[in-house]
Amino acid sequence: MDEEYDAIVLGTGLKECILSGLLSVSGKKVLHIDRNKYYGAESASITPLEEMFEKFGLPKPDESYGRGSRAVTVAVGYRAVQCRPHRRRGTGTSILIPKFLMANGQLVKLLIHTGVTRYLEFKSVEGSYVFKGGKISKVPADEREALSSDLMGLFEKRRFRNLLAYIQDFKEDDPTTWKGLDPKATPMSALFEKFGVDKNTIDVTGHALALHRDDEYIAQPMGTTIARIKLYSESLARYGKSPFLYPMYGLGELPQGFARLAAIYGGTYMLDKPVDEIVVENGRAVGVRSGTEVAKCKQVYCDPTYVPDRVTKSGRVVRCICLLDHPIPNTKDALSTQIIIPQKQVGRNSDIYISLVSYTHQVAAKGWFVAMVSTTVETDNPEAEIKPGLELLGPIKQKFLTVNDHFVPNEDGTESQVFISSSYDATSHFETTCLDVLDIFRRGFGCDFDFSKVTHTLEDDQ
Amino acid sequence: MCSSRAQPGLAVSGAAMASRAGSAQRPNGGQQGKICQFKLVLLGESAVGKSSLVLRFVKGQFHEFQESTIGAPLTQLLSPTAAFLTQTVCLDETTVKFEIWDTAGQERYHSLAPMYYRGAQAAIVVYDIQSQDTFARAKTWVKELQRQASPNIVIALAGNKADLANKRMVEYEEAQAYAEDNGLLFMETSAKTAMNVNEIFLAIAKKLPKSEPGGGAAGAGSGRTLSDGDGDPRASAGCCNK
Repeated sequence: MDEEYDAIVLGTGLKECILSGLLSVSGKKVLHIDRNKYYGAESASITPLEEMFEKFGLPKPDESYGRGSRAVTVAVGYRAVQCRPHRRRGTGTSILIPKFLMANGQLVKLLIHTGVTRYLEFKSVEGSYVFKGGKISKVPADEREALSSDLMGLFEKRRFRNLLAYIQDFKEDDPTTWKGLDPKATPMSALFEKFGVDKNTIDVTGHALALHRDDEYIAQPMGTTIARIKLYSESLARYGKSPFLYPMYGLGELPQGFARLAAIYGGTYMLDKPVDEIVVENGRAVGVRSGTEVAKCKQVYCDPTYVPDRVTKSGRVVRCICLLDHPIPNTKDALSTQIIIPQKQVGRNSDIYISLVSYTHQVAAKGWFVAMVSTTVETDNPEAEIKPGLELLGPIKQKFLTVNDHFVPNEDGTESQVFISSSYDATSHFETTCLDVLDIFRRGFGCDFDFSKVTHTLEDDQ
Repeated sequence: MCSSRAQPGLAVSGAAMASRAGSAQRPNGGQQGKICQFKLVLLGESAVGKSSLVLRFVKGQFHEFQESTIGAPLTQLLSPTAAFLTQTVCLDETTVKFEIWDTAGQERYHSLAPMYYRGAQAAIVVYDIQSQDTFARAKTWVKELQRQASPNIVIALAGNKADLANKRMVEYEEAQAYAEDNGLLFMETSAKTAMNVNEIFLAIAKKLPKSEPGGGAAGAGSGRTLSDGDGDPRASAGCCNK
């Protein structure tokens, strides 16, 4: 590794792999290192199930979970971040962030424009539900569904339909569609008032359609929320059923796909390589040391676990992975689903998310389901906080609970040339993930990523 | 038997290919035939000639001093646009289309992603007959495939650089015995002289199951690929005679 690179990327989580791909495509010489011997950083996908049980200090799973080493693969998610040097890595460091892709969202655009989509296959998530008044209901996404929804009474349905119709017709660049409301100046509360919708409808709209995590959006300009609702319905229109997609074999496939993109454009990959130090001269990163070897570089890109002294804890996220041998009750036996429990429905300040994937995505043995319940921690008893979510699942065969710190970088990297990603947040999709990546790229590279640089379409068009 | 490059008119993207190929015209033969598409991966130590074998098979070329795949993956060398290369082999009844994946240099530091094996229905594990080390490494790759890849994968062992037999360090019999014990196809090959290059791909094509959809691979065609247009449900990544 004693060479000189334009950029060294540390950690093979999704954000770092996308960055590595974009930098390589843009002509940078990239070295990409991970201290672990697998892709996906702190937790990627865990296979086999035995390893998962071991990580959580549980006795070996019996044969009812399926035979063989590949029996139940919990390939559901994502690393969580724990700031500990690699030498002390111990048990319980990993866990998986439950997320889906919005069919018309940023990540899908990145996948398509870079051609990485060629390596992946997806399935639509079958159902999207919201918790209201003690039970779950299908999330209505358009006017027609709004009218048939069991979420609200007849008159409320009409008001809700009118709100959705307004949003559907709304065009950001056409003020005649704004009907006198300036999207940048009008708070979302004013739009709700205009259509006279009640608190429950506001909950459904803000949390299940706009996918806000808390209620701060209500006081903020309505433009953002309208854009998010449009993203939801455009994503829904794309493949039907629900606006969400999930990759076959789990989310761990995503970083691998982008890593391959980087490699095809000349990036060098080293897994299982200890990282001891970012070498700094005059306040700027000039290399990375592993043992006695030093690779020189002009920039370092990394996740928070590689630079504990350059990040700040900003909160905690609790996640519980549950193995089930049945679908979630009241979801019409969906093999994949998302359920959102809006904060107010259970007296909280942040939503609880449930996502379910299963054997149909090749992430579990035949007949098995993997549910993930997660939320932002608000109390000293995180497990109790997700109880309303766990209660919806029916009998649970095995639970894996983790609480992880969420970190944000202390600096934007322009001085030190160390560009750090934030930990993955509690949102149930990748929109914020992509915004973080594109923003880091802009800071590090000096301008936005130019998709026309993708000359290898990664398509077989000979 | 013929071995010809797919013609532009036919070589649309894999996804579209698979869904339309049921009754596709063969570009050169003109007759109705079944087209089966398979993912084939190459494995082996650096510099044993993986890229050269593919270059010979796909383009009929050989570059004496071909640079290491590091920094110049095969796909870039051969075509400015391809994540993988394709080549068809025509059998009596069927046309087998190989989707050939290059390691993109990721094997060098043992950093090949599991995705690489995923859904592969065939693999060529390459060693250099001048080196016992590369043969030992090839055995490790075979084990890795048996552990990670689909159970029905067809594996071929290629003892490459057979034109340099005077510097041979791995005996033909030794490799053949190993291949037999492990149920592998085996040939000594030379990308330089083209010896056994088409033959090894043809042998694989013959051995691949052409009736079971998917062959137990690549999610058995149950996922979809994403594209800019509308939903584009991907048919089986394997055989496509639906």
